[in-house]
Amino acid sequence: MRATCWEGAKHIKVEDVPDPKILNDGDAVLRITSTAICGSDLHLFNGFMPTMEHGDVLGHEFMGEVVEVGKKVKKLKAGDRVVVPFPIACGQCWSCKNDLWSLCENSNPNAWIAEKMLGHTPAGVFGYSHMLGGFAGGQAEYARVPFADVGPLKVPTDLSDEKVLFLSDIFPTGYMAAEMCGIKKGDTVAVWGCGPVGQFAIASARLLGAETVIAIDRIPYRLRIAREGAAADITINYEETNVLEALKELTGGRGPDACIDAVGLEAHAPGLQGYYDRAKQSMRLESDRIPALRQAIMACRNGGTVSIVGVYSGFDDKFPLGSLMNRSLTIRTGQCHVHKYMKPLLQHIQNGDIDPSFIITHRIKLEDAAAGYDIFNHKEDECLKVVLQP
Amino acid sequence: MGIELHHETATGNGTTSSVGKRTELRTRRGVETTVKDVPRHYSETHGHEKNALVQSLGWFSIGLGLTEFFAPRAVARLSGLDEEDYEGLLRAYGLRELIAGAAILSRPRPTYWMWNRVLGDAIDLATLARARHSANDRGRLATATAAVLAVTALDIACSVDYARHKTPSVDQHTSRDEESYKSPEMVDGTQILSAITTINKPVAEVYAFWKNPQNYPRFMENLDSIKITGNNQAHWKIKAPVGLSVEWDATVINDVPNEVIEWRSLDGGEIHNTGSVRFRSISGDRTEVELTSQIKPKGGPLGAKIAKVFSAVPKTQLSNDLRRFKQLIEVGEIIKSDASAVTGMHPARPPRRSEMEATQ
Repeated sequence: MRATCWEGAKHIKVEDVPDPKILNDGDAVLRITSTAICGSDLHLFNGFMPTMEHGDVLGHEFMGEVVEVGKKVKKLKAGDRVVVPFPIACGQCWSCKNDLWSLCENSNPNAWIAEKMLGHTPAGVFGYSHMLGGFAGGQAEYARVPFADVGPLKVPTDLSDEKVLFLSDIFPTGYMAAEMCGIKKGDTVAVWGCGPVGQFAIASARLLGAETVIAIDRIPYRLRIAREGAAADITINYEETNVLEALKELTGGRGPDACIDAVGLEAHAPGLQGYYDRAKQSMRLESDRIPALRQAIMACRNGGTVSIVGVYSGFDDKFPLGSLMNRSLTIRTGQCHVHKYMKPLLQHIQNGDIDPSFIITHRIKLEDAAAGYDIFNHKEDECLKVVLQP
Repeated sequence: MGIELHHETATGNGTTSSVGKRTELRTRRGVETTVKDVPRHYSETHGHEKNALVQSLGWFSIGLGLTEFFAPRAVARLSGLDEEDYEGLLRAYGLRELIAGAAILSRPRPTYWMWNRVLGDAIDLATLARARHSANDRGRLATATAAVLAVTALDIACSVDYARHKTPSVDQHTSRDEESYKSPEMVDGTQILSAITTINKPVAEVYAFWKNPQNYPRFMENLDSIKITGNNQAHWKIKAPVGLSVEWDATVINDVPNEVIEWRSLDGGEIHNTGSVRFRSISGDRTEVELTSQIKPKGGPLGAKIAKVFSAVPKTQLSNDLRRFKQLIEVGEIIKSDASAVTGMHPARPPRRSEMEATQ
């Protein structure tokens, strides 16, 4: 089959690889009908995620039709149309039973590597490094899905791929970001980053009843989509406006009740801070560039919540712990527990509360995946989300 | 003074609850004779006076280093070396001496840096020996060589002395805290490995699964075979590196249902092994399982040294085995990824059928 492979930093190639087979009795094999490039795939593309190997198949946002199931699979059969959550979860361990699906204790065969780097291991993830399992991803014609009775969600035939595909990651991730804010009536929520996850965080903050949602980015078309597509009340371009000052002005000097970081480890910053972080990251003196997170912490109102869903990988510098501690802030974070959110969010889609396809800007063939990564990475051609069709 | 105070607080005012916890932990691990030893790297930072000779060698390094670094030509002239050729090299040696000297004077136990001095001496001697043919003044070269040899002798004497007195004596002035929990390491050449996990199943189920040796090959990756040879006895064959294997007979010496199983190897095997698996029921009908294994390879202290160097590998193996044990009970099978389904390095892409067959 054809599959999108990582061949080193900034080098993506669609290659011939063997077709996936059933490896465990609980597996299913899907024929992929739609798959997408995630913002977090760009961290792999740019070479910032450790434990990648040449030839790794990428992709953790995908859906398709079941073509084969393992002998222990009961709920799925060939022909079923399903969306697959990006964390791989067994459904039996304590974490799964407690709705902490992205922390499944049994799905990472390379748990010992993750333990060395992170202390304890999170769940395995499709197409996202060997530290997180070494599972082939779904930017391909076919994919093998472990624990097929646990993760994949059957979707109604009357909903198009584009409406349900993002249940695999970014819609639940954005939703969890907003949910972690504990939004109350009258709250103001500020969202750093108007990429796909940021857009869903904005839309979800709306769904969860935030009174004012403020979106922060530097790319005009993304700020426009935040206003028009995700319904942000106010947008701030941080290259033109002092964000901390602006947020104070907009909130009577208090700061937003909750701040969402939907940016992650490749954050940009104007001026000296930006150069400082770039230099340190390129010399591997820090794993992540965190100016967005720094600003989110500094901006948050006393006693407020900072919700982090942007991806971070390692050990970082100039983290404003003093601000966090002295001002009683709460940090909430995590890889999304997608399994927990898929059904309720599907319900929202069916009710017509939201149509997640508003973020799609590019629909291209799987064969052209390399160009898709390039356009998305450089934010060319007003690119916000690339969907690949095998 | 501060250290003594800390010592008093730790032993004198230990609360009942902390003592209770400590005792429980030790009994559960069953290695109470071994956990008492403070891991060496903790002790190294306390006490143990550096003797005067070590101090003076440190200062000697500083002096020599300064001279070599700032006046390399003078040093070359004095040693009978060519000034032009050796200026840069001597400056580098000077830097080396400065670093070694500073480390010897500032570190509480500069064992490594003392050996570093010996290495430096060897480099100096080699330099002087190479200069034999091109020397400007053979007399000065010979004097310099003799001087370096004398210092080398002192350095070796000091380093050996340090190595010999490596284990610090029990000293009232060290801040030893007998009440705190400490991880077992290696005692008298015996490698103590342990791994612990929590399984989301009731203790009876977990214990029963362990009781059945048929299950062992499913989660012990390096188990070649296990044969039941009698009541509570089994013959173990474990795969070792480079295609070798290790075999021994073991017998169960203690078996308390839902609590503990302990075993020990019988004489005549290739290694001496004792081990235990302990089960503890915790809230939510879960079970903590702790696997401990003490291995003493035959082959005396050298075998033990080698074992220690590689102990990181067996420790990871032990915890990976325990992780698979947990998976078998919770999920019923060991989950494979595209990379882990075949042996060796393999990208995260579906394996070929031939690769799969090679693995089985």
